[in-house]
Amino acid sequence: MTLAELPLLQQLLLVLAALVLFTSFVLLEQARLVSAIHAFAWQGALIAAITVIVATGGGAKHLYFSALLTFMLKVLLIPWMLHRQVQRLDLERHTQALRRPALVIMAAVALVVFSYWLALPMVAQELTFTRNIVAVSLAIVLIGLLMMVFRPQAVLQVLGFMSMENGLFLAAVSTTQGMPLLVELGVAFDVLVAMVLFGVFFLQIRDSIESLDVDRLNRLTETVENER
Amino acid sequence: MTAVLLTVFAPLAGALVLALLRSSYWAGWLNVAVAGLSLTASAWLARLVALDGEIAGLSFRVDAFNVYLVVLTAFVGLTTSIFSRPYMAHVRETQRTGAGGLRVYHAMYQAFMFTMLLALTTDNLGVLWVAVEGATLSTVLLVSLYRTPEAVEAAWKYFILCGVGIALALFGTVLTYFAALHVLDDPEAGLTWSVLYGHASDLEPAVMGIAFVFLLVGYGTKIGLVPMHQWLPDAHSEGPTPMSAVLSGLLLNVALYAVIRFKMLTDGSLAATTTPQLAGYMLMAFGMLSFLVAGLFLHRQRDVKRMFSYSSIEHMGLMTFAFGLGGPLATFGALLHMLVHSLTKSAIFVTVGHATHIAGTQDIDHIRGLIRTQPAVGWSLLIGVVAIAGFPPFGVFTSEFLLLTATMDAQPWFTIALLSGLAVAFAGLFRHLQPMVFGAAPEGQGPVTANMLPVMTHLALVLWLGLAIPPFLARWLDRATELIAGGHLL
Repeated sequence: MTLAELPLLQQLLLVLAALVLFTSFVLLEQARLVSAIHAFAWQGALIAAITVIVATGGGAKHLYFSALLTFMLKVLLIPWMLHRQVQRLDLERHTQALRRPALVIMAAVALVVFSYWLALPMVAQELTFTRNIVAVSLAIVLIGLLMMVFRPQAVLQVLGFMSMENGLFLAAVSTTQGMPLLVELGVAFDVLVAMVLFGVFFLQIRDSIESLDVDRLNRLTETVENER
Repeated sequence: MTAVLLTVFAPLAGALVLALLRSSYWAGWLNVAVAGLSLTASAWLARLVALDGEIAGLSFRVDAFNVYLVVLTAFVGLTTSIFSRPYMAHVRETQRTGAGGLRVYHAMYQAFMFTMLLALTTDNLGVLWVAVEGATLSTVLLVSLYRTPEAVEAAWKYFILCGVGIALALFGTVLTYFAALHVLDDPEAGLTWSVLYGHASDLEPAVMGIAFVFLLVGYGTKIGLVPMHQWLPDAHSEGPTPMSAVLSGLLLNVALYAVIRFKMLTDGSLAATTTPQLAGYMLMAFGMLSFLVAGLFLHRQRDVKRMFSYSSIEHMGLMTFAFGLGGPLATFGALLHMLVHSLTKSAIFVTVGHATHIAGTQDIDHIRGLIRTQPAVGWSLLIGVVAIAGFPPFGVFTSEFLLLTATMDAQPWFTIALLSGLAVAFAGLFRHLQPMVFGAAPEGQGPVTANMLPVMTHLALVLWLGLAIPPFLARWLDRATELIAGGHLL
């Protein structure tokens, strides 16, 4: 079955999922912190839209609720909290270019290919739609991971972490019509608490190294310990 | 059912009250009381499970496998809280943290106990994930409690690495749910472990195989499996010592418990394929790697708590390997090892807490002559390390002996790696231990007020388990073995 033969609704979902993947790339190489936060908010908005479409396409009714939850949390609350933190820490004009952009972007592309390869076994069950979605969401998760490795700045690492969570949510919504409500609430609660704690840590890290470049958190390696 | 609810939710209620309680003197006592209540309820629960076989309802499910971990968790929670009351008072006196810090500490201690007990008793794999993530969230502020640059760094590393790991585990959970939806009629039951276990052979093997890789890497980060172990020595060495005791003794067990639950599903799903042992082989590989690498790292340590956290990685590797090996004997040994390791390791961390207060530092080179200064602490440390290194007559010897026998039986070549790993770890522990407990004490080093009751209890239990496992416990472990490995041992 080719992509063009899929029902229109599923094609629309795939286009939106591709856009989410695109925002992941935008997030990965964004130099300004504030723009990166905006890119993250757009990603959340796209995922909320996907959730609504799945819900109208005959999904479970509680998906409307989780769409609302996603919108509140990922589009409004978390970007707003990050924005406020950035303002409080005087980092509004802070830019931090990605080191070796070509290499990192190539790595991200390789991760997308890898995700498709990993999702390949599912083709046996003629799950064209599912395989694409699983591959895209896995790619988003892995790019989030890549971002946390290559952006040694606390705020950007948090954005990478949150975009990983977006990828997971995308996988849950589009392949399984969302997790049971109890689990979704629990996950949302954990994400919210994590965000509050991240805010606390921004302050603690700044107090301890007077910057948020977590590269400079390097006291606890095995080698340093041996020289002590 | 009341027993389950009381066991799990008493700590949650305790956490809420402790968050509001201003007096840190009463907070310490209340912490002990809540932990005691939870332990009493868990003992009651164990009795019910022993009579009925299993208790299920309200998406909780307690069977032979998790009931003993529940009792163990509540027990170590109580003894550590007894230790933590004077310990944290001492921390307060030495100005390492203030009244606010202590309030956070006590509230988070009980919140952590709640997440552990919830993870163990829930039947819903999604709630299991939420609880394990909650365990990270509740302990991360405690790791940075002392606000030194090292502590903040350790906490950030812990937060980020465990967050990423646990995110991968959520992906695995989503894939499991996806596989379940093709089999089950009711989507609400798609994450209920007991329902999934009943349909394990119908789950799509390709999906479950991929899901298990993600789950193993994800929860494996929490177990501290090499190479995802980087957070563990930092978090254990920089946080307050009671925290190290419960992290080492309980959190790692719970993460391993989660992996085993998923392994049971994956094994069922892959049974009819060409690679029925896939999950087991992955556990064996990760376990053996962690066991050997951590044993070598023991030799390089300068910080006493760091050293014992590498010892935890080593033992968790050994258990992971044994569960991967499968079969009744290895599984029985691994279950016993989970029990004795938790008891011994938390006793060691408690003793190390006293030792660092005596010496005023965590630096191994500056901890000297403990037996001269305070015999109770010195001898406890010595006996604890003898026990953890696997000497008879302690329980760790029994379980390691069972594991070696099982390995000899199933994969004889691995016996060589196991034996040399144990020898390397033994040498690593004792080269550091010997000067710490023997030798002359530095001048001006005096004893501290120490309540050695928790340590004595733990070590006595480990000794008892090594000499004669009581019949009721053996039956318990045997029923858990039957559940996991599909066969009796006794």
